Amino acid sequence: MTQMKIRNLDDLRKLRESSRDLSSARSGGETVIIVGMGTCGIAAGARDILSEVMAELARRSIDNVAVQTTGCIGMCQDEPLLDVIRGGQRVTYGRVKPEDVPTIIAEHVVNGRVVEKMAIGRAD
Amino acid sequence: MPIYRSHVLICGGTGCASSGSREVTESFRNAIRDRGLSEEVLVVPTGCHGMCEMGPIVVVYPEGTFYCRVQKSDVAEIVEEHIYKGRPVQRLMYSGSEDMPFIPHYKEIPFYGKQHRIALANCGYINPDNIEEYVARGGYEALGKALAGMTPAQVIDEVKTSGLRGRGGGGFPTGLKWSFCASAKGDKKYVICNADEGDPGAFMDRSILEGDPHSIIEGMMLGAYAMGADEGYIYCRAEYPLAIQRLKTAMAQAEAYGLLGENIMDSGFSFTLHVKEGAGAFVCGEETALMASIEGRRGMPRPRPPFPANSGLWGCPTNINNVETWANVPPILRNGGAWYASMGTEKSKGTKVFALTGKIKHTGLVEVPMGITLREIIFDIGGGILDDKKFKAVQIGGPSGGCLTEEHLDTPVSYESLTALGAIMGSGGLVVMDETTCMVDVAKFFLEFTQKESCGKCVPCREGTKHMLLLLEKITGGKGTMEDLDTLEGLAHMVKDMSLCGLGQTAPNPVLTTLRYFRDEYVAHIRDHKCPAGACAALLEYRIIQEACKKCGICARNCPVKCIPGDRNSGYHIETDRCIRCGTCFEKCPFGAIEKK
Repeated sequence: MTQMKIRNLDDLRKLRESSRDLSSARSGGETVIIVGMGTCGIAAGARDILSEVMAELARRSIDNVAVQTTGCIGMCQDEPLLDVIRGGQRVTYGRVKPEDVPTIIAEHVVNGRVVEKMAIGRAD
Repeated sequence: MPIYRSHVLICGGTGCASSGSREVTESFRNAIRDRGLSEEVLVVPTGCHGMCEMGPIVVVYPEGTFYCRVQKSDVAEIVEEHIYKGRPVQRLMYSGSEDMPFIPHYKEIPFYGKQHRIALANCGYINPDNIEEYVARGGYEALGKALAGMTPAQVIDEVKTSGLRGRGGGGFPTGLKWSFCASAKGDKKYVICNADEGDPGAFMDRSILEGDPHSIIEGMMLGAYAMGADEGYIYCRAEYPLAIQRLKTAMAQAEAYGLLGENIMDSGFSFTLHVKEGAGAFVCGEETALMASIEGRRGMPRPRPPFPANSGLWGCPTNINNVETWANVPPILRNGGAWYASMGTEKSKGTKVFALTGKIKHTGLVEVPMGITLREIIFDIGGGILDDKKFKAVQIGGPSGGCLTEEHLDTPVSYESLTALGAIMGSGGLVVMDETTCMVDVAKFFLEFTQKESCGKCVPCREGTKHMLLLLEKITGGKGTMEDLDTLEGLAHMVKDMSLCGLGQTAPNPVLTTLRYFRDEYVAHIRDHKCPAGACAALLEYRIIQEACKKCGICARNCPVKCIPGDRNSGYHIETDRCIRCGTCFEKCPFGAIEKK
């Protein structure tokens, strides 16, 4: 690969833009996705959910979302659980399947519309 | 470029490296690979976080969980529990006081809470070996802005507006210094970064070089553009191998992007940078000695004028600033001089990095706004005195600085206020002392250092510091006279006034300030043959408190010179004239029945 040369401020800003996700995980995204990765969650398939979240974010080149994991919160019967925190509001989705992830990201994370039929709870 | 959901930042500064952070980094890489997380978790070696005493330090993002004293054996647990399952490992988190048992987030730790990081903004936050991370944080934008739309004079004006002053100790206004060099006549000009950090206990420059090398490169290029220089030297001591290595990596990366070298960003501005390794002589931190050393001559100062701005390196106009000063330049140009000037006091603007060492709970590196009090630095940020002993003094400014006492703790820190008290800002070393520190001994320690480091060129420094040291040795040995105090003070003023360079001119400061604020301790050594702090071995006397003695004989068995005769029936006593005051009996006695005074 030949090294790109920076010839002006625009080149520099392009490099800055493409390097942004190098430190974006450190600045904490405005939107947070949390996957329940307790023993119960993992047993119910949370690892696949987490992988799918990462893959979908990469496909859509979304780099301002922080992805976190969390332990068991007690609703083991509804695992895998996936929480989205957006605009200060936290919504929990239950019994999430990998194929649900693109919908949740497209509707809720990107467009801010809670996917009502999958949501099982909310906290402000 | 893949997106990583989590970043594991591991401190790779010299402090943490010596407590094992390299092995920890390796373990993290292995554990993350073994768990199949390599695609989503990034391991980032960083520069110094400043809290060196708690190292190795690991920060896990996006949560920003702060782990300290992480060992190789802890890694598997962090990866499994925190990174995989999202359950932060409580036992490894930073624990503050009892009422605040666990403080997981970086920003909530008092040590960081009161800090304001400009020069250290990227240290511990980015990977210093990766130029993209520096660019992602706005790096090289100040340079781009200056080259594209500012005249050299405008750059100097911006630095003047900021009120930035030399952070190496002198405190000379940086913008003014630049304007001297800019208006000096000459086709060839140089800029130099003074990275010959030599004060005992100071490591702020090393941490910036290790943690954010690009900020120095960018700062120097801005200076070079403003002053019309096209070549620069970073004079760094060879004892900083990691700093030199990171600098060289950073320079190579900047060159590859065309951000260093010929015709930078098509502006016509070219800049060549060299790293010169010094051999660690303290005097080479003095600018004329430093330049002599770069030229390949012996590192000795010469009289000024001519000042380097007119006749510096190889006789060309030259500007020298220290590491921290250069590191402040890019943020000033990026955010404007007025932004920088909004922080600090009337005459001392912005922030200052201090290295906290000595008898303090949190040793490490802090960056605080000018005008903060010493009390806030030592007690709020530094956590107070080790083992909750009583604060006695703080040595500020290294061997060229002075000792300040309890009554000065509420003085707002600025160049003027410290100079008025007889200390100096210096490069920012703060050595904290508790009640068990003897101030005469401290003065002797620093003078031993400067006396050894005196280059010998001028008589006042070469002979003066030697004789001051002899007098201090006489006093701490219990053989001093009251006349010696007057001689010492007279000599100190003579060395201060007549020495050629800053080394000699400031070397008497520790003696002068301790004489000013702790004269009674000198008098106690001379008149009463006592060291009030119990630190000067020659003046100590060990004695067995017969009422507390259980006649076990442990002291007698452990005494290396067998000067504790006696037996288990009649008891023991110490023969003072044969005692070598090693303190073994005092340490070994299980009943605290031995006193020293």
